[in-house]
Amino acid sequence: MMNLVRKTNIDFIAKRYVFFAVSGLAIAAGIVSVGFKGANLGLDFTGGTLLQVKFETPVTIAEVRKTVKDAGIEAGIQTFTGRNAFGIKVKGRQENVNEIADKVLRGLKAGMPGNAFIEERRDYVGPVVGRDLSKKALFAIILSLFGIIIYVAFRFSNPVWGAAGVLALLHDVFVTFGAMSITNREVDLVVVAALLTIAGYSINDTIVIFDRMRENIKKFPKMRLGELVNVSLNETLSRTLITNATVLGVVAILFFFGGDVINNFAFAMLVGSICGTYSTIAIATPLVYQWEYKNK
Amino acid sequence: MNKLHWKLGLVLGLVILSVWLLYPTVEWYTKTADERGKLEAVQMRPKRMLNLGLDLRGGTHMLLELDVEKLDKKENLNDALARAIEILRNRIDQYGVGETPISRQGERWISVDLPGISNTEEAENLIGKTALLEFRLVDTSAEAEKALTKVADLAESPFGKDGALLPEIAKLMPRNTGLFRAAPEEEGARTKYYVLSSSVGITGAYLENARVSTDEQFGYPNISFTFNKEGGKIFERYTGDNVGKYLAIVLDGVVHSAPVIKSRIGGGSGEITGSFTMEVARNLAIILRAGALPAPVRIIEKRVVGPDLGEDSIKKGVTASLIGFLCVVVFMVTYYRAGGLVANIALGLNFVLLMAAMSYFSATLTLPGIAGMILSLAMAIDANVLILERMREELALSKPIPMLIPTAYEKAWTAILDSNVTTWIAAVFLFQFGSGPVKGFAVTLTIGLLAGMFTSVFVTRAIYEFWLTSNPKELSI
Repeated sequence: MMNLVRKTNIDFIAKRYVFFAVSGLAIAAGIVSVGFKGANLGLDFTGGTLLQVKFETPVTIAEVRKTVKDAGIEAGIQTFTGRNAFGIKVKGRQENVNEIADKVLRGLKAGMPGNAFIEERRDYVGPVVGRDLSKKALFAIILSLFGIIIYVAFRFSNPVWGAAGVLALLHDVFVTFGAMSITNREVDLVVVAALLTIAGYSINDTIVIFDRMRENIKKFPKMRLGELVNVSLNETLSRTLITNATVLGVVAILFFFGGDVINNFAFAMLVGSICGTYSTIAIATPLVYQWEYKNK
Repeated sequence: MNKLHWKLGLVLGLVILSVWLLYPTVEWYTKTADERGKLEAVQMRPKRMLNLGLDLRGGTHMLLELDVEKLDKKENLNDALARAIEILRNRIDQYGVGETPISRQGERWISVDLPGISNTEEAENLIGKTALLEFRLVDTSAEAEKALTKVADLAESPFGKDGALLPEIAKLMPRNTGLFRAAPEEEGARTKYYVLSSSVGITGAYLENARVSTDEQFGYPNISFTFNKEGGKIFERYTGDNVGKYLAIVLDGVVHSAPVIKSRIGGGSGEITGSFTMEVARNLAIILRAGALPAPVRIIEKRVVGPDLGEDSIKKGVTASLIGFLCVVVFMVTYYRAGGLVANIALGLNFVLLMAAMSYFSATLTLPGIAGMILSLAMAIDANVLILERMREELALSKPIPMLIPTAYEKAWTAILDSNVTTWIAAVFLFQFGSGPVKGFAVTLTIGLLAGMFTSVFVTRAIYEFWLTSNPKELSI
């Protein structure tokens, strides 16, 4: 029998303040980044126009930026590694989409003569649509979080467990969101789907360990909670690592070889799946211990 | 027939059903793009098959808002939207694009997907026009002349920013009339205006047909139209009552021509002349045939993905996913041996079931949808690992094999159930309240979770039970 994880006996609970500090730092870094730079929200939320062009001969982002500016358009420029393609994003302006786009294209043609390009993408999102999308997504997420808390509280006869699981899930989503901001990656609807996936994955991972704790409580009714949590975590460690290594491997392949359209998505998934594993061991179960312990 | 036979039979039956459901999809996507195009043009596209979203295949997505304020007060919003969708579908069908999902979104939005069309202006002309055809009398009174002279003196447009007439013009206008712009006759020419009666003689609602005809003298494309029987009668009476007056042909608020009515016009047909290009004339004829929208629409969202980008993204994404899938399969077999093989069968079957279900529901696969699939597959892997790890734990307690397998399943079951239900709760809310892309995520996730639970618990267990009938002494996991 091949065995990557031998029987372990790690005292996770004793290290909980280290975990809390690490998570606190990660979240704080995200908050600072979002606070200073702001989240790089995509067109889906801000409204505006996006043009994506691909040049025949290589150009730098600085050249594109200058050319677009010379054409009299205030725009954000986005690059795609290794494809010589650029996204030109004009936020907020709503009237005459085609006029704005044509102006940009004319500017590029005039500013870079001899370098042919093709238009790969042209998006326009009105401000109402963006607001509606964010509102609906947020509403759905909040409702589902409550749904999860209620279900977990019911199945594990304890609301604390549900709350701890949801907190771990929020932790993963916040850290991932912060990482997107730190690396200047754009948050669009596809990334929102990634965040939802992370939330689902995180709660799945947490529930598996809660399930083992529930089983062990029945098996060893006298055992102290701290020990019980540790035993459960160690018993499931092999499964936790194998499942997560498998998923992480797939996501890493998507990140490195999946092409740039899904690159932001794959990045969010990569960060999120690491967080999901970590938060189960370092946040959800220690929180249960912390809160239950105080109650007793 | 014992219980095990039933189980294996059910699994086998589902596999056959899935392959049958998947067949049209596989057949379709193995055709060349040309062949697909030809079949789409004659509406020979299979109904129940997996569609690719615009982000994966290229095309134009538009979100339209119906201008409710301009809606006829008698018509209720739901009917108007349904009618607008019907008319848009008509236009697009006549234009000859393949599968085009048009659906209502929210209270007064209509979402239109045009796969394969990345020329936005063409799409906008087809979708964005109201196509309201009206016939109104031209007011040739002295007052109207005075108003027009004043308009001609203006340096700017007589319409303000909000679209209303400037007050100095409005006060000159004769009672019960409106100012209308004329279609530009040639490039750069000064815009002409007409003063027209507020009452409409007849509208395009009575049109029976419209098609492109060529001007006999100069060869310009015109649009000739025919009224239906009722419309023909109204038109005949109307022209008969107004012989000698000028009749303006107004399309979407723009005067295209205003010929004089020489005599009563019978037969119920006429012609719209103007400086159209062949392309514009063809599109106009299409939208006139399809009928006018109940109210003007505004494009509030538009996304165009070039076909190359879509193809590029799908090629790379598919390759990467295949590599990932292969790695998982290899890892499972090396780590769990025979147990890994069983898990791989379950994972493969999971994928087939998911795709078959999506084909059956004619679902559209988008990038967020793929995210939902990845999550459900990850959870299926987790369920398999949970069961296999339990088996190893039981094996360490040196339990006999026939007892070990049911115990492992029983113990792993609560974790699998609870984790799937929690995720499914989230999926339900996302489906209910989310829009477009978020919904796509929820759909693939829900189907994936069901398929995953079935394959990783029911199917694998049936395989182990079948294997147990051979009285094995050793379990290779």
